[in-house]
Amino acid sequence: MTKVSAALLAVIGIVAITADWLAPYGVNDIDVAGALQPPSGSHLLGTDELGRDIATRVLVATQASLQIAVAAVAFAFVVGVTAGVVAGYLGGWTDAVLMRVVDVMFAFPVLLLALAIVAVLAPGTTTTILAIGIVYTPIFARVARASTLSVRVEPYVQVSRTLGTGRIHILGRHILPNIAGPVIVQTSLSLAFAILSEAALSFLGLGIQPPEPSWGRMLFDAQGFMHRAWWMSVFPGAAIFVTVLAFNLFGDGLRDVLDPKQRTVTAARKNQ
Amino acid sequence: MSTTVLSVRDLRVRIRRRDIVRGVSLDVAREQTLGVVGESGSGKSMTVLAATGLLDAPGAVVGGSSALGGVGDSPPTQLVGASARTLRRVHGGRIGFVFQDPGTSLNPLLTLERQITESLQAHRNMTRRQARVRALELLEAVRLPEPESRLAGYPHQLSGGQRQRVMIAIALACDPELLIADEPTTSLDVTTQAQIIALVRDLQRDFGTAVVWISHDLGVIGQVADAVTVLHDGEAVEQAPISEVFEKPRHPYTRQLLEARPQIGGDGPPAVADDAPVLLRVAGLTSAERRVEDVSFQIRRASTLALVGESGSGKSSVAETLTGLLEPDAGTATLGDADVFGVRGAGEKALRRRISLVLQDPFTSLDPRMRIGTAVGEPLVVHRLAAGRRGRRERVAGLLEMVGLPADLASAYPHELSGGQRQRVSIARALAVEPDLMILDESTASLDVSVQERVLDLLLGLQRDLGLTYLFIAHDLAVVRRMSHDVVVMRDGEVVEYRPAGELFAAPEQEYTRALLAAVPPELPRCPT
Repeated sequence: MTKVSAALLAVIGIVAITADWLAPYGVNDIDVAGALQPPSGSHLLGTDELGRDIATRVLVATQASLQIAVAAVAFAFVVGVTAGVVAGYLGGWTDAVLMRVVDVMFAFPVLLLALAIVAVLAPGTTTTILAIGIVYTPIFARVARASTLSVRVEPYVQVSRTLGTGRIHILGRHILPNIAGPVIVQTSLSLAFAILSEAALSFLGLGIQPPEPSWGRMLFDAQGFMHRAWWMSVFPGAAIFVTVLAFNLFGDGLRDVLDPKQRTVTAARKNQ
Repeated sequence: MSTTVLSVRDLRVRIRRRDIVRGVSLDVAREQTLGVVGESGSGKSMTVLAATGLLDAPGAVVGGSSALGGVGDSPPTQLVGASARTLRRVHGGRIGFVFQDPGTSLNPLLTLERQITESLQAHRNMTRRQARVRALELLEAVRLPEPESRLAGYPHQLSGGQRQRVMIAIALACDPELLIADEPTTSLDVTTQAQIIALVRDLQRDFGTAVVWISHDLGVIGQVADAVTVLHDGEAVEQAPISEVFEKPRHPYTRQLLEARPQIGGDGPPAVADDAPVLLRVAGLTSAERRVEDVSFQIRRASTLALVGESGSGKSSVAETLTGLLEPDAGTATLGDADVFGVRGAGEKALRRRISLVLQDPFTSLDPRMRIGTAVGEPLVVHRLAAGRRGRRERVAGLLEMVGLPADLASAYPHELSGGQRQRVSIARALAVEPDLMILDESTASLDVSVQERVLDLLLGLQRDLGLTYLFIAHDLAVVRRMSHDVVVMRDGEVVEYRPAGELFAAPEQEYTRALLAAVPPELPRCPT
């Protein structure tokens, strides 16, 4: 399953990079006469209300959607895990302050917070990345802190401390590798949700700005034509579905691969 | 004539194409105790769990037969391959179980009454009132103090020994024909262990229960069992009455087990010169948080001082203060001429290099995600003790060799190693800093006897060759006898007795020391009654 999902993600990545070249039409080629065509030989996935090729727009939108999801989660990962590990390992005041900030962020509904951030800054790609990144930071902080709390009292960490090992070394060599499991699972879940969040923001008209395509934006445009042109919503929806699923499966597999114990078990099973 | 309660024939367990149990047969009769002995991985728990239908391992295939009871006219119940419904009726009703860890065998959220009466209501159709009366009787039978007020209490309000008493009460609630005790005293202190052993023997006499007692400790088995089955690698290598096994063991493995037992009447380590300089001086060590009060002792260079005591006596807290894991409230400690408490910065780093620590559990004291070589080399990196990657690799290989491990183990992960190997790795890591003082906190307590024997030999050899000084923390007095020159007996955070080992073992002065020594299972089994 890991291999299948990895291959799928690779394909999605390649599509994102080569979309402009793969696409049969220009992204914004308007053809009012050929508007709302169902899937056919010339337009594999049909056309939208302005006669733009859906296949082209789904392919090109991969770029924006992936870019936003990956960048936003990377932001959340770096900030959240750092805050969580530091809070969990140091404890005391640092922990109290950092975690209260996280609590406050958690208190806002995800989309509302993202909306507020986008409203303050101007809508656009960078703003969307920042908004989603900030919204997902507290989850990483909590997961990292909880895992750190349980790992820091493990005897191997204690022994390392008694040998005079410095904090940075302990955090880097003992804590981080041992909290990797839950953090990785969180990353794959967050990547999936980030794609959905981007779709939601764009759907509300606050993410990617027209005429640039994004899967969410395409769904937004499709809602007025739900009954007349099902292909306008189904294909971008399917793209979201497949990508989210691939991220989830890949995260599960990655966690097992990174665990030396699991690795031996898997190898032993294969040898039988 | 005794009647057979459990009759197991040619029991086999196979998990993922590996034979865990290979054709074990055994019988237990009424009022009899069968001891099942073996080291970790010998299949002793698997055998008994499979025989009683409690084996819950994914993909396990159980073969052979195991018949329970048949007392009177009723036919025996076949437990291998029995339906879930049959097993539900049998478990708790006709077979009672007591497991090793009394800390986790009880549900922390339920009152003792609920937990004891659960099986009574399920199997005996008792009303709550009747069950409550029976629960009271049981708590009295297992000699729990103030049973009436305990019924409404929760497990966390009890000590380890008391919890194990409650477990026994639960196991005996429905008057089972058979009691399975899987290492029931292993996590208890010796004095508590002695009480539990006496309790089970008395209850067995009163109730006529058949008992299967699983243990790695031949000393304990000698005190409880009438007959012994010695398991090795899933096979019963010896089955005989207890006195025969001790007097003339037939199988070489049994002999090996018997010989590997450290004995309290044995010899101590080679003597150290009386004028050997003092390496560590601890005076007035006090920690209010851990209830450690005014602990003082000193260790001469190249000698071993043992800290002995039951759980909660504060012996590990002493180790924690010396290694900087716990801040003491008062007291001083000097290592050579350096202060141990309250140093910071560069002084602290230099000090940590001079005191190293080996912990009890070889399964948690190594980072599961770090290769052995990296783990052993970590102190070398921290203290910049080896030049470059190459120098470090050579030094790690040397250290592994020193503890009797092949150098190519450096690329393995901890889970690929056995318990004994891991403990050797922990020792190698502690040696890497070339410490003056090594603190061994129950470092051999969780190892099998034969493995423990070899690790103790290793430690003695290292002391002889490198002139190492040990602070040896242990609860096993026989091991202490073998390792130490001086002994500090601790109780409730205070020093009870502090004397040279030879004198202390020959003629203990304090009542508590005498009680500790008396609670150690004797080398020979009790006379069959």
